[in-house]
Amino acid sequence: MLDQWIFAAFLLPIGLVIPAVPILLAALLSPHKPNSIKQSTYECGVETVGETWVQFKVQYYIFALVFVVFDVEAVFLFPWAAAYNMMPLYMVLEGVLFILILAAGLIYAWRKGALEWV
Amino acid sequence: MIVVLTDPFGWIGQTLLGLLTRLGLPVTTANLLITLLSAVVLGSICMTLGALITWVERKVVARFQDRIGPNRVGPFGLLQPIADGIKLLTKETVTPNGADTVVYNLAPVLAVMSVIGVWAVIPLAPRLVGSDINVGVLYVVSIGAIGTLSIMMAGWASNNKYALLGAFRTVAQLVSYEVPMVLALLVPTLLAGSMGMAAIVEKQAGLPFIVLAPLAALIFFISSMAEAGKAPFDLLEAESEIVAGYNIEYGGLKFGMFYLGEFFHGFTIAALVAVLFLGGWQGPLASSYPLLGLIYFLAKTAVVYFGVMWVRFSFPRLRIDQLNAFNWKFLTPLTLAVVVVTAVTDKLAAQMGFSRTGALLGANVLLVLATVWLIGAYARSARRRLEPIVDESAAAAQA
Repeated sequence: MLDQWIFAAFLLPIGLVIPAVPILLAALLSPHKPNSIKQSTYECGVETVGETWVQFKVQYYIFALVFVVFDVEAVFLFPWAAAYNMMPLYMVLEGVLFILILAAGLIYAWRKGALEWV
Repeated sequence: MIVVLTDPFGWIGQTLLGLLTRLGLPVTTANLLITLLSAVVLGSICMTLGALITWVERKVVARFQDRIGPNRVGPFGLLQPIADGIKLLTKETVTPNGADTVVYNLAPVLAVMSVIGVWAVIPLAPRLVGSDINVGVLYVVSIGAIGTLSIMMAGWASNNKYALLGAFRTVAQLVSYEVPMVLALLVPTLLAGSMGMAAIVEKQAGLPFIVLAPLAALIFFISSMAEAGKAPFDLLEAESEIVAGYNIEYGGLKFGMFYLGEFFHGFTIAALVAVLFLGGWQGPLASSYPLLGLIYFLAKTAVVYFGVMWVRFSFPRLRIDQLNAFNWKFLTPLTLAVVVVTAVTDKLAAQMGFSRTGALLGANVLLVLATVWLIGAYARSARRRLEPIVDESAAAAQA
């Protein structure tokens, strides 16, 4: 079983090398004449005012939080789904109960207005 | 000669192994070398296919928009990707002031890697799969998440406000749509009783999972399109709002890699849908002639990919509040319901002796009807809240 990982272990570095080589080649081949105007960041012709890494809307943070809850849930649910054929009905219902508890969490977030884009 | 037809890939492997051992290499080293070689071949095929797909997509979008598309470079414009590549290769590489150089340069490389990496677990033909690991589905999800990360890295490191807005939208979109995608992946896992991609394909002999779980297939298709940032979900690079978003400061081949990765991501989605729901290489005579299986797999992928393009060129872009409402208030609850209904129905049908196909198909139809009724009820109540109540009898008396 562990042997099977070797291919993936080879393919991932190759996946890094394949795009990196053309980019390095381009850096060697292409002209290189930097100046300050060319390197300034693009903002429709005007100069950037203030710090670029600005404060962001709290909404994004709330969505990320709800996401974390469901992603952790998925990690627990995958073993349950993989063992499905070996399980009697009451074990399936326990998994369903787990999903329903999380659904209650989603409904709570919904009622609290966390899913509204304001 | 028969061996070449019935087991061509095994035959190539055996021939190479024989060749290498005759050169005096130990068997383990020779096997490692062959694995490395096949990984290089697969990676190169992915890259070439990605370049070809840019041509296909431009040709198809042209037909959708009543144009001809690229037709100047080579026959039917087939050499257009090469011309584009040469052009991008000679462009000056500009790094914007104040950019985080390492992260900025790493992002396009990771974007391509995340797409190529997924192909390690996709079964291309019978007995032809790079890594037949027992957590294949989780592997796909985790490698796909690197693509999301690369977009965030690009937006954050560019030192540009538009790019940063693109990165913010990535959080709101790509990260959110991962939830229904991952939950929809539970359904084929559950039906096959395994997370290995090869096992999932083998369980679909005779009956592809799209018949048993049409809703899950549709949800997976929609949410993975959003994952790839394809229109109508291309908010993270909306040209008319944030002028290309996360890749605004990228030029030359660095931009080219983002472009290639994005296009090939669409093809990878199609391949995943074909493997998980359409039966991958399954088809008549496929198990005895692997090459036929490869052709079936590619044909199914091409059909789904045409669907991806069709959706992409037909729908206008969503607004961000619509996008999030669609995900969190519609897709996620529906996917939870689909998982619960599939799990319980399948077990109950097995216990009570109903036909599995009929029970699951019926459950899916009932779920669709319930969803449509719920949406209708919600729309009616929303309309009632918005419109002032008109007394119909009074209006009739006046007339």
